[in-house]
Amino acid sequence: MTSDSTSIDGDAAIRLRGVSKRYGALTAVDGVDLAVPRGQLLGLIGHNGAGKSTLFKMMLGLIRPSAGQILVNGSDVGGRDFRAARRSIGYLPENLVLYDNLTALETLQFFARLKGAPAAQCAPLLEQVGLHSAAQRAVREFSKGMRQRLGFAQALLGAPRVLFLDEPTTGLDPTAIREFYAVLNQLRAQGVTLVITSHILAELQARVDRLAIMANGRVQAQGSVSELREQLQLPLQVSLAAAPAEHPALREGLRALGSLRFVEAEGRLTFSCPRPAKMALLGALAPLAARLQDVQIHEPTLEDMFFGLREAV
Amino acid sequence: MSLEVQQVLTLAGKEFRDRLRNRWVLAVALVFTVFSLVITYFGGASQGQVGPRSIEVTIASLVSLVIYLVPLIALLLGFDSVVGERERGSLDLLLALPITRLELLLGKYLGLAAALTLSTLAGFALVAVLLYQQFSWAGLYHYLGFVLSSALLGLAFLSLALLLSVLARDRTRASGLAIALWFGFVLVFDLLLLGLLVASGGAITGPLGGEALAYVLLLNPADLYRILNVFSLDEVRSLYGLASIVPPALANPWLMGAAMLGWILGPLALASWRFDKS
Repeated sequence: MTSDSTSIDGDAAIRLRGVSKRYGALTAVDGVDLAVPRGQLLGLIGHNGAGKSTLFKMMLGLIRPSAGQILVNGSDVGGRDFRAARRSIGYLPENLVLYDNLTALETLQFFARLKGAPAAQCAPLLEQVGLHSAAQRAVREFSKGMRQRLGFAQALLGAPRVLFLDEPTTGLDPTAIREFYAVLNQLRAQGVTLVITSHILAELQARVDRLAIMANGRVQAQGSVSELREQLQLPLQVSLAAAPAEHPALREGLRALGSLRFVEAEGRLTFSCPRPAKMALLGALAPLAARLQDVQIHEPTLEDMFFGLREAV
Repeated sequence: MSLEVQQVLTLAGKEFRDRLRNRWVLAVALVFTVFSLVITYFGGASQGQVGPRSIEVTIASLVSLVIYLVPLIALLLGFDSVVGERERGSLDLLLALPITRLELLLGKYLGLAAALTLSTLAGFALVAVLLYQQFSWAGLYHYLGFVLSSALLGLAFLSLALLLSVLARDRTRASGLAIALWFGFVLVFDLLLLGLLVASGGAITGPLGGEALAYVLLLNPADLYRILNVFSLDEVRSLYGLASIVPPALANPWLMGAAMLGWILGPLALASWRFDKS
């Protein structure tokens, strides 16, 4: 699922060049360059106040950037052709509260009319998000998860080519989250481009094609998970299981890798290994195989990268 | 940017159906019906009579009810319309759809206006029937003018409500502003004006002297409404003892109607301008 960053410009569904947003003295978004290739899923992460929401709203055309250019599906969402541009966009805001008085079906029909989508789409969409049996029930009776599903169905109206989903899995149980990502995968296979934010980094890690990590209004790093690992050069976590008597020999055998800080606990010898030394590590472990019961090598998780980056900024 | 009528109608239709479904229209119509019947029957009780005595006294009594009630109802109906969506997060969703901010505002306004007008017309309909039985068409003519101007009064305050809903940062502030606006226009404005007149002994000179002071009444839609109804009726005019101080230009119902229209369109235009900049 990794992609070659150099070829992105040719077929980017979303393209941001030098986008900034200033409110008086405050710079909420600062010179962001971003490209999302068609049919890919971009995870946008960052702590609260990092500029995610402002960037999101600018991509949707809700806020005009102070500087820079934003193209979604090749057109300017805030420009002259904004109606056509917005018909090809789906959006699920964070913490959306829909209209209590309407039923699920009426809610979709209302948004379908405004979006110029056929009313015939509404019932199948409710089925797709698992709300078919609740179609005639008033939204006021819905649980948080059901409201979120309805919001998602709303975003899918009009078969959009680009979807913006802000914290879409809030309130969903693990099964619903799996189903949700299954739908996203179907959409991706149809060439739909997706931008998604989430606070649950572990959830994104295995599911996104690309990530953009924001801090202080800037995109501090972007790329596939493996590209980010290369960029950030976070160390590997290595854990060796061996009898305590073997530990001195193991330390001795790994001396060639430089000064490692070992931690011994529960019969395991744990240490951080610099990324460039990965192959040297494997070479050093091979002669020690007879002394080892188990070897675990952990790549840095998205969470490690996120916090590693925050410390660097 | 072009205006798509279909988008406005879709938004208006939802607002209108919402007020029908949550029985808002019914409740307000009932309030108007009960109050107007009571006033029509017992409005002359202090003169020792019960029942509709004269069409003019009936209208004068109803005017003093409507002037408090309609602005309050209109403000309560509209204050939440934009700021409420903003708080729920649905405003961003609406604005990310292929609609303009003007379409959104007009749709909201027209839907709420339809609900308010319907409940006003329905609420005063029963008294119309009573008056028709007693005074036939001549009486009904004045009464229809009263009902129409009451609807316009509601539309003017609804327009103000939308403006403050665009301006306010949250619902709490919006409701506070709505109440303040009601106090200001319905109670404080006249009191200040009267105080000014009395304090000066009626001898204000300069640009606000003489008849000019009466034109200040144009700055308040509630006063416009009062003048519209009072000056179309000779008996009432003398009853209020206003004929001597109000210049004849203000007795022209077309001019007053135009001023009322200004109070409907003005705040709405201001709201649209402010909404576009936000």
